[in-house]
Amino acid sequence: MKGVRHYPGFLSITVLCLTILYAPLIVIMVYSFNGSTSITQWGGLSLRWYGEVFTGPEASRFGQAAWNSITIALMASTAATIIATAAALAMVKGGRFRGRSASFALINLPLMVPEIVTAVASLIFFTTIGLTTGYGTILIAHITFCIPFAYLPLAARLEGIEATYEQAARDLYATRAQAFRLILLPLLAPGVASGWLLAFIISLDDFIITNFVKGAGMETLPTAIFGSVKQGIKPNIMAISTLMLAASVLFVTAAYLINRKGRQTP
Amino acid sequence: MAGGDDSWRPLARPLLIPIWVVIGVFSLLPVLLMAVYSFLTKEFRGGVEWDFTLAAYDQFFVTRGLFGDEPAQIEWTYITIFWRSIWQALICTALCLLIGFPTAWFIATRPAQSRGIWLFLITIPYWVNLLIRTVSLKFLIRDNGPLNEGLMAIGLITEPLPLVNTNLAVQLGLFYSYLPFMVLPIYAAVERYNFALSEAAADLYASRWTTLREIVLPVVKPGMIAGCILVFVPALGAFLAPDLLGGAKTFMIGSLIDEQFKGSQGNWPFGAAASMILMTLVLIVLVFYARAASREGAA
Repeated sequence: MKGVRHYPGFLSITVLCLTILYAPLIVIMVYSFNGSTSITQWGGLSLRWYGEVFTGPEASRFGQAAWNSITIALMASTAATIIATAAALAMVKGGRFRGRSASFALINLPLMVPEIVTAVASLIFFTTIGLTTGYGTILIAHITFCIPFAYLPLAARLEGIEATYEQAARDLYATRAQAFRLILLPLLAPGVASGWLLAFIISLDDFIITNFVKGAGMETLPTAIFGSVKQGIKPNIMAISTLMLAASVLFVTAAYLINRKGRQTP
Repeated sequence: MAGGDDSWRPLARPLLIPIWVVIGVFSLLPVLLMAVYSFLTKEFRGGVEWDFTLAAYDQFFVTRGLFGDEPAQIEWTYITIFWRSIWQALICTALCLLIGFPTAWFIATRPAQSRGIWLFLITIPYWVNLLIRTVSLKFLIRDNGPLNEGLMAIGLITEPLPLVNTNLAVQLGLFYSYLPFMVLPIYAAVERYNFALSEAAADLYASRWTTLREIVLPVVKPGMIAGCILVFVPALGAFLAPDLLGGAKTFMIGSLIDEQFKGSQGNWPFGAAASMILMTLVLIVLVFYARAASREGAA
């Protein structure tokens, strides 16, 4: 059965591909448990840098940055998901209407524009309208670029739900609101969840746009880490990186499980 | 009673209002404003005066000597930076394709149970913060980092390889950043591929590689083109990999634009003009893509 599916060498390339992707991450994970103050020498297994993350001299700076990152990501992904859900309902269930293709182009706009250009444009915009850059401008920028990422899994899920479910509910005298709340929304829920998760991670991940619109003194985790590694990679950065890595893996696993569960129900 | 579909129809436009407002005001409008800014006059403390001029584009393309009194010549500084970025992005795309296609093929041809796990392994790095991935790579390849120490320990090299601050390091960083973008769309295309086509070719005595070239590649081409776009566009405007892994000689568009908005040394109209030129390049690529995609659709 191997036959036409098998090409010699493809397995080795796949292994090479995974090695390239994982080697740096594994190395930094291993070195974050290094007991030595030197990043080059191995001083035995230790959790001292993790202690340093929470109690060391930079703890309050990184703590504040992490708080900003998480609160911004929570609000931005929630707002983006609500806006994207409304848009997906209109685009998928609204049939053909004037302005549909223009709307489609607009939804995808943040994906088409290179990140650095979005960053520049946002800074110019906020400066021109006289908005002081800071927490608020970061939040606005994050909501905006998160929308298409929340939209894509939502719309894909919605396209897979046949209209007959809702029709059946209406035939049984459910009001339009009841049909939506009791039938469509539960069916759409896995799409909403994966859209939200995607937006949340994209928001946490962003560096370039945040760096432009954050203003002086305001930091998110990526900008704080960037500022720190400019002076060299310190062990506490490796510990923070490993913690963020672990958080990402947890999130992806959650998204994967939700998605798989979603696929089992119709 | 009207069908479920029609009942949504009158709601379509009201439901789209929030997205129009948010993206219209905070994405489309800023880009248009940036276009205007690229024609304004630079102010010395980092900012602009509302006097319309072509100075930013002139500075980008034309030089008139140190004192501005020599005959106009082509200014190569910025064109070289753009050219380097285009090359780096192209090489990155080619490398990703070369490694990404066999990987995607291999994963898509696994049995259904293990396929999910392979795919999961490929997607995890994509979800890890790009900054952290780039920093990790820098840690691995720096002069006295684990890679060089390891190679020296097994006696392959005697001196550490000076990787950081070279074009090679930046290339490695770009490749490492965007590789998953190539694998996923190709995987999706191979997964839909009808293997009966390959079997038919094999029955007609086509060799494995002839089948790959003549049958498989044309069929999965849309996935490959999509992957190339997803890699090329962000690689072209990349900031983190060139900034952290490169130096002055590996300067790319992202860093050039970034510099224009730093403190009082900056030049906002010039940064806006460079962004406009970058966006034009991306638009050209996307138009090519749209044409290729519609041709594939028609065929």
